[in-house]
Amino acid sequence: MSVAGHAPPPFFKRGPAPLVRLAFFATFSLLLLIADLRFHTLEWARLTIATAAWPLQRAAWLPLDAAEDLGDYLTHQATLQKENRELHRRQLETAHLLLRQKHLEAENQRLRAFLDLRAQHPAGARVAEILYAARDPFSRRVIIDKGMQQDIQAGQAVIDELGVIGQVTRVFPLTAEVTLLTDRQQMIPVQVQRNGLRAVLAGAGDRLELRFLAADADVRPGDTLVTSGLDDVYPSGLPVARVNRVDNNTATNFARIPCTPLAALDQHGLVLVLALRTAKPPHPEESAAPAAAAEAGQRIRRGSR
Amino acid sequence: MQPIHASRRILRPVNRLFIAISLLVALLLNLIPFGRLPGIPDWVLLVLTFWCINQPLKVNMGAGFLLGLLMDVVDGSAMGQHALAYVLLAFAASGLSRRILWFPLRQQALHVLPLFLGTQVVMLLVRLVAGAEFPGLLWFLASASSALLWYPLTYLLLLPQFRPEEKDDNRPI
Repeated sequence: MSVAGHAPPPFFKRGPAPLVRLAFFATFSLLLLIADLRFHTLEWARLTIATAAWPLQRAAWLPLDAAEDLGDYLTHQATLQKENRELHRRQLETAHLLLRQKHLEAENQRLRAFLDLRAQHPAGARVAEILYAARDPFSRRVIIDKGMQQDIQAGQAVIDELGVIGQVTRVFPLTAEVTLLTDRQQMIPVQVQRNGLRAVLAGAGDRLELRFLAADADVRPGDTLVTSGLDDVYPSGLPVARVNRVDNNTATNFARIPCTPLAALDQHGLVLVLALRTAKPPHPEESAAPAAAAEAGQRIRRGSR
Repeated sequence: MQPIHASRRILRPVNRLFIAISLLVALLLNLIPFGRLPGIPDWVLLVLTFWCINQPLKVNMGAGFLLGLLMDVVDGSAMGQHALAYVLLAFAASGLSRRILWFPLRQQALHVLPLFLGTQVVMLLVRLVAGAEFPGLLWFLASASSALLWYPLTYLLLLPQFRPEEKDDNRPI
């Protein structure tokens, strides 16, 4: 089939037929999709194209920047004064807490040293600004203004002043992509602050969901969930979410527990990118690990047959 | 020569540079970060469809594939998602171009609306298979707003091809 609906005379060069072209490009796209979604092997290509497209992207922000500057310029002085007063008040209120925290941290370190525990590394952090929400409607991601140049690495935790926001998932030269907690493929290990019950919190679009807890687990509406620190990504004790309600009477064995994130996930502002926690638990013995892995592999293969 | 219903004008040949520039401007418009605001048209999709219908021999599946890859990267979506959707769109648009061009512009918009919706459905299927969340029905508003823009966009993009009107009653066409 040609464009006009008839095959062109052979002396007009028009390249391959549309159906051939379609098959070629569609197959190529499908291969790319499989390589990216299933095997995650295309990050280098993404990085290259993103770096090349960076000037274009920067140019597209110019009108937004201009609008923002205009807004800043027209901000009323009274608003600024009010904000300033409020900030002063809050600073005074929290000053003594900060002083005490330093003291407590020092004391804690000493006690840990005494107990011969591995010292928790004092977490370094970097302030970044959320530039915009990624356009992809199928995921929940934001772009921050720090990247490879500022030593941001994939896997770092991101928090704001109220709690955990998410995790850096992709790093570009000058920006980084943060996957929010509400993304469906994002999970975070938490514990209930009240009783220390550990669980996994998963994203579910607009809210969060506490997964795989037995129907009679001790979770009540209003409970605060904090990070448990079991994953070596998030430091322990950061507030994450609040339990909305607990549905015990479901057909499954697990309770349905929707939660609301504490951090302002939808707002654009300053965030803190925490340094990667380098101290890891000691690996199991070298000889045992490959044997166990091989055994697991065999088990999987046997299972799939 | 292609019929433009409203004016029945004979068009001048298209400038390849103008096609490239229009696609680049569409890409720039797509890069403006609107976040999750519903109803923002996909400009690249719109301009690509326009050229696939009006110049099917110059803009085709290859252009769709390259633009799609670029959109995949700048959107942060799965590699190949836009590429696949745009390639299918380019195939359908260039195949239907001779038929669509005979209709007046408003009916052309009705013709391209299903094409846009189909593109969105392809992207949706690809991502749902990969386990992403359903973005909500409001997301399909983007197709409607794109189709609404078909009328002004046609005039804008055909502007360089119009020749000055001659008042000649004896002209054969």
